[in-house]
Amino acid sequence: MGVARYWREIPARYNLIGKKCQVCGKVYFPPRTICPKCRRKSIGRMQDYKLSGKGTVESYTIIYTPPPEFEGKAPYAIALIKMEEGCYLTGQIVDCELDEIHIGMKVEACFRRIQEDGKRGAIYYGYKFRKAES
Amino acid sequence: MREVAIIGIGMTEFGELWQKSFRELVAEAGVKAILDAGIEGENIDAMYIGGMSTGRFIGQEHVGSLALEVAGLEDLHIPATRVEAACASGGVAMHQGYIAVASGMYDIVVVGGAEKMTDVVGGEATNILASAADREWESFFGATFPGLYALMARYHMHHHGTTQEQLAMVAVKNHHNGSLNPKAQFRREISIEDVLNSPIVAEPLHLLDCSPITDGAAAAILAPVDIARKYTDKIIKIKASVQACDTLSFHSRSRFDSLPAAVHAAKKAYEMAGVKPSDIDVAEVHDCFTIAEIIAIEDLGFVEKGKGGKATEDGLTALDGQIPVNTSGGLKAKGHPVGATGVAQINEIVMQLRGEADKRQVKGATIGLTHNVGGSGGTAVIHILEAI
Repeated sequence: MGVARYWREIPARYNLIGKKCQVCGKVYFPPRTICPKCRRKSIGRMQDYKLSGKGTVESYTIIYTPPPEFEGKAPYAIALIKMEEGCYLTGQIVDCELDEIHIGMKVEACFRRIQEDGKRGAIYYGYKFRKAES
Repeated sequence: MREVAIIGIGMTEFGELWQKSFRELVAEAGVKAILDAGIEGENIDAMYIGGMSTGRFIGQEHVGSLALEVAGLEDLHIPATRVEAACASGGVAMHQGYIAVASGMYDIVVVGGAEKMTDVVGGEATNILASAADREWESFFGATFPGLYALMARYHMHHHGTTQEQLAMVAVKNHHNGSLNPKAQFRREISIEDVLNSPIVAEPLHLLDCSPITDGAAAAILAPVDIARKYTDKIIKIKASVQACDTLSFHSRSRFDSLPAAVHAAKKAYEMAGVKPSDIDVAEVHDCFTIAEIIAIEDLGFVEKGKGGKATEDGLTALDGQIPVNTSGGLKAKGHPVGATGVAQINEIVMQLRGEADKRQVKGATIGLTHNVGGSGGTAVIHILEAI
């Protein structure tokens, strides 16, 4: 896979830059070009918006059968996370025992290695989540 | 819009069919359907074939043309189109065929669906299936396809009290039905303990909560109802054909205990057919994972939201229940060659409505429904069929 494909997504994956609709104020992550509520009115009015990184676990699973890129990493936790700004995303939960994870758990984003393109390819980074301190 | 009928069906056995190639599967299902309908090649106006990822499973795109070639119909230059909507490719091919006939553009249309999944090895099939999810924002971070349904399962369990045992009961029921279907991949009974003791794939889903990797193909022949009478007296009318879509990613949906696209498609399909959920005698639903069947029977209005697990436990959806669901064995036991599934579901309902389902026949079935889902709910297709 070409490196450009990953390079393009760096702002969102490294710094949680999403989009905010300047018409209705709703925040979207992953970034969207058009607000599905305001549609036509939102064209050209979607501004970059950095998420706080704080969220709550809405659901989670422990992956025991990983895809090839995550071979050797299982078991690991994947969660559906509701961010403080109201949008939802999918990410791993790290830095805790797997049985500590529960629905309603407060989490915060951290910057981590996600996967690599084989032994000699590029290393891809992005967000994972850990238990929130406060 | 013209009324549309199904005048012929055909499908291969489902399973790990190492001895058969993609093209042999397509030919076998197509020929069976054409013979069942009693039509000639000259009668065919168009073909639609559902296939999720022929490019990655067998390195072959352009399978519309390939289907025409294996059917030996190239001299007629029939338009043959490949249709893709992940695991709903077959259902969407049916919907396209329906539109083509209903509109008056074509009279006789062959709809097919096929997938050859065992020509890739190791984790490759899992990786290909993950492309039905959002590659950039789900799979990239390590979410697998079973993982997304596991998120649904955990959410449903937390909010509605659905239990691990109730999930397992879906698999037990569908394996029982599969044991009565000579074309099913798994023709053996399993117990709740078997499911709970099978390896965990993505907690809370165990291996036996998941549908398998399968090779297979299925086909159906469509015609306007008035022309259909020329070929057969076993006419099955398509009372509704509805497709609805939603976001590609699961996390962007408006609900997590339901597939909003399926709810939307079901509502429109009931209106189109002029029937209520309680009028359905038999249904084939998209049980790619056990939780998916529980959510499906809720989304289809067979039971209230949150009651799907209990309804399964109470036997509502069993072969002798009020609304038998997945009499074929479903994706779980019949097998799930992704592109073929939507058309295979149609095959089962047509057999039920013709009274040809043998040991798994639902007595007196006249109205049946199919529910075919792509990805984690990005596409949903509902068909309602009636024997006339």
